[in-house]
Amino acid sequence: MSTKNLKHRDQRIHDALDTSGVRHRATLKQEWPLLALLIFVWAALWQDFSPANLIFGVIVALIIVTLFPLPPVVLSGRVNVWYCFELFIWFIGQVFVASFQVARLAIFRGKKTRSGVIAVELRTDSDLIVTAVGHVLTLIPGSFVIDVDRRSSTLYLHYINIESRSDMERAREAVRDIERRVIMAMGSHDEFEAIKHECGPILGRVGGKK
Amino acid sequence: MELFLDILVAVLLITGCLMSLIAGIGLLSFPDMLTRMHAATKPQVLGFLLIFTALAIHLRSWSVVPVLFLAWGMQLLTAPVSAHMIGRAGYRTKHAAKQSLYADELRQVVDTVSDAPATASVEVSSEESKDSK
Amino acid sequence: MMTIVMWICGIMLGLATVACLIRVAKGPSILDRVLALDVMLLIISVALCLEMVFNRHTDYLLFVVVACTLGFIGSVTVSRYVSDQRNA
Repeated sequence: MSTKNLKHRDQRIHDALDTSGVRHRATLKQEWPLLALLIFVWAALWQDFSPANLIFGVIVALIIVTLFPLPPVVLSGRVNVWYCFELFIWFIGQVFVASFQVARLAIFRGKKTRSGVIAVELRTDSDLIVTAVGHVLTLIPGSFVIDVDRRSSTLYLHYINIESRSDMERAREAVRDIERRVIMAMGSHDEFEAIKHECGPILGRVGGKK
Repeated sequence: MELFLDILVAVLLITGCLMSLIAGIGLLSFPDMLTRMHAATKPQVLGFLLIFTALAIHLRSWSVVPVLFLAWGMQLLTAPVSAHMIGRAGYRTKHAAKQSLYADELRQVVDTVSDAPATASVEVSSEESKDSK
Repeated sequence: MMTIVMWICGIMLGLATVACLIRVAKGPSILDRVLALDVMLLIISVALCLEMVFNRHTDYLLFVVVACTLGFIGSVTVSRYVSDQRNA
């Protein structure tokens, strides 16, 4: 875990211990993804993407953001569109696999299904990545998040269909693979380099296939 | 082409409804609450994707795609959060039966927190509740 | 053809609803019941979509969006109450 950025960790521990109740306001620069999302929601609900409606959407979004402020979400500042696309396609495929796995277990295994709670320590220390990994994990085969330890970025997962030690190790590997994909799609530069360094041989093979 | 699209819509609709049925069967047949959670969250996401695709194809209209995408995205964002909240509450309050667990790496952590002396536990639990948000 | 498809889908959704209702009646804990009701709400939104496909209109689209949000708020609220019980 030498790759962890100590400054980020200290900030997070500071945040967790902060009981002063002072709200940290996000700046407009940090909040533009939220604004864009709110405008999209507005236009989609009206089913009208004309300029006039979009401008009104901007006004409504600004009012909402001012009246109901949220603590800032710190983005990593790096988005790789290709890896995002790859993550999305892979995700849809995995959702299919997950549903049929649940179907198989529900119909053929039923009451005899065994499961386990496992702890997986992630390599990243960004809240955003931990959240994204947790979301993806919950929607794809076999797992959902029960608890998070923010200080060490440890996810406690409920994993379905665990019957032996090797199953647990396989599950852990799967989670770390998901983390690799998410970091490659939107992790910070440092994390991306670390992942590339760590998974060099695998990446080389994937790249060679294309 | 029209016939092909109609057949596609029919297949998508039936598969989508099948996913709801799977969720129902899973709710009935899985042994404990945490396992049932899997049945409740996963097939529904796929089911909605298929049904929404069928709806957009059947109406032959692009203007409903954004709002359908919004509904699906909402589902995608909220399903894991509610699953996490229910799962956490169930785990902490012993509502969830744990006999069918093969291994449990969280129990020790939770027990350490609950067994801590009263003076220390206040701080630890307040920190924890912040962590979960 | 559409009528046959609707019958098949309707029967499947009906069975799923019955399964959820059995779980609501039987559920050992309140969380099981919330979970089953959540799934039932989603089944209702699927049924709304089916109706829109059958009658070729888009009147209920917003209901579907709202239903997704409502299920979320419901289950989060109940789970908060359940976890607060321990601290009280």
